[in-house]
Amino acid sequence: MEYWDPHIERMPVDELRQLQEYKLKQLINYVYSHSPFYKKRLDDAGIKPEDINSLEDVKKLPFTYKQDLRDNYPTGMFCVPNTQLVRFHASSGTSGKPTVVGYTRNDINCWANSLARALTSIGIGRGDNMQVSYGYGLFTGGLGLHYGAEEVSASVLPTSAGNTGRQIELMQDLGTSVIACTPSYMLYMNEAAKNMGISIKDDTDLKIGILGAEPWSEEMRKRIEDTTGIKAYDIFGTSELSGPLFTECKYQDGIHIWADQFLVEIIDPDTGEPLPDGERGELAITTLSKEALPLIRYKVGDLTALNSEPCECGRTHPRITRITGRVDDMLVVRGVNVFPGQIEAVLMNIPEVGEHFQIIVDRVNEMDMMKVQIEMTDTAFSDRVNDIISLEKKVESALKSVLNVSVKVELVEQGSLPRTVGKSKKVIDNRNL
Amino acid sequence: MDTEDNILKQISIFAENKPGRLADIADKLKNADVNIRAFNIAEAGEFGIIRMVVDNPDKAYESLHNTGFTVSETNVLGIEMEDVPGSLSNIANSLGEHGINIDYSYAFVTKTEKALLIVRVDDIKGAISVLDDASFKLVDMEEIKHL
Repeated sequence: MEYWDPHIERMPVDELRQLQEYKLKQLINYVYSHSPFYKKRLDDAGIKPEDINSLEDVKKLPFTYKQDLRDNYPTGMFCVPNTQLVRFHASSGTSGKPTVVGYTRNDINCWANSLARALTSIGIGRGDNMQVSYGYGLFTGGLGLHYGAEEVSASVLPTSAGNTGRQIELMQDLGTSVIACTPSYMLYMNEAAKNMGISIKDDTDLKIGILGAEPWSEEMRKRIEDTTGIKAYDIFGTSELSGPLFTECKYQDGIHIWADQFLVEIIDPDTGEPLPDGERGELAITTLSKEALPLIRYKVGDLTALNSEPCECGRTHPRITRITGRVDDMLVVRGVNVFPGQIEAVLMNIPEVGEHFQIIVDRVNEMDMMKVQIEMTDTAFSDRVNDIISLEKKVESALKSVLNVSVKVELVEQGSLPRTVGKSKKVIDNRNL
Repeated sequence: MDTEDNILKQISIFAENKPGRLADIADKLKNADVNIRAFNIAEAGEFGIIRMVVDNPDKAYESLHNTGFTVSETNVLGIEMEDVPGSLSNIANSLGEHGINIDYSYAFVTKTEKALLIVRVDDIKGAISVLDDASFKLVDMEEIKHL
């Protein structure tokens, strides 16, 4: 099957925009009458629902931030009474109060539908065995993919994250063809399989990975595809918008955002104004179908660019390019902006360097010092000290030329950097800023 | 004598320069029943390279590699010296005169009152022929086992 919903997915752009305009007006009326939070937010901004008459008018609307959800913890921004809800998810709350998201039955259906379109665009469907190695529970990754996979009649192995030995055993015995997990867990599994004497490339039926929940680079994709023999597809979503929602199609050239359900904008972080196609900025998403927790111009925090050109796959919905980092991931080192994704991209281009790395920032004598630890590999190792120092220098100069700030590179023993089953923590910032 | 016989397989290991690493490596070798004949650490700040000549290099390699260490086997020479002043100078001069560079070397004294010099050179075949012509004795893996 090529399309899950051919009518919507191939809808001419004009019609799609008309549909968005209609749904945007509906949304504003809905939140104005159902959400005391948004009524006040719009009143404070001097906007009445009748002021929103076209898609362009979205610019007049105020942004919504994660902090708003925290301030109204747990359910202060919900638009429906408890009797309408069928599920809750919640963030871990590691960086502040958790955010809680409620879902009506229709919200759950729309979420599954969004992923059904996405999975179909990759070619996943009946006959596929899909191992969902994202965490199940309050985190949206596991259950989100689970419902999407069932919607397209794939058979789900709800393994959740962790217990890696068992995951690999099941992958082999049940012939898993698709896996959904974080890119770091994919690498970890590959390594663990190798230690068990199993090659994911040669000894399993795994063909497709749906990887995300943390930023990763094109270079990392290439590494994963080369070492595991799978095709790796990027997935996007965030718990506040439901969970994982969108993926790349089989052309692997940007993530399709279903425009009938979500209105996507790229915002200039400095001016707050929307940016044209191709320019990188901060992602803001307006939900056009959500009932329990609709959000207006929600600043997701991810940095990306928009591509509205129709895709080779025939879908007319806009795509976002690979996310290069999060606004809050950005490190300022000696006044220079540095994103962990830039460092990953440089490292993955150097064949001697392994997949694992860690960035450590310290302040020594009022001076920022950035150190990147990378693991020694069998191929890069030499018994001559000079060879190892030259490799460190080579990586240092490659990083310096991209980042414009000096970095100290330190080779550490294989297996010594932390591995994770979920989102990896690549940055340790020891500065008390 | 065949050139290959004169080449020793040195075990080289990458290790971070922090407490307990050497103990860990030594433990692995103990468990594999490997005996260390000669040993040297080259340290460079945050890391070091541990080099050793052992009685059973393949077994040492396997036990370290399987427990996650970055390890390699390196070709080196073991040159027998009289344990008297001037021996090292004779060897170094022979190699130097023929343009062979010593990348690194370390030495130890055997039970039989001889000293053994382990060297890594940039031209191992050239070094073997130079040392042979100058009548130095190179030890082979069999002799290392029984030292």
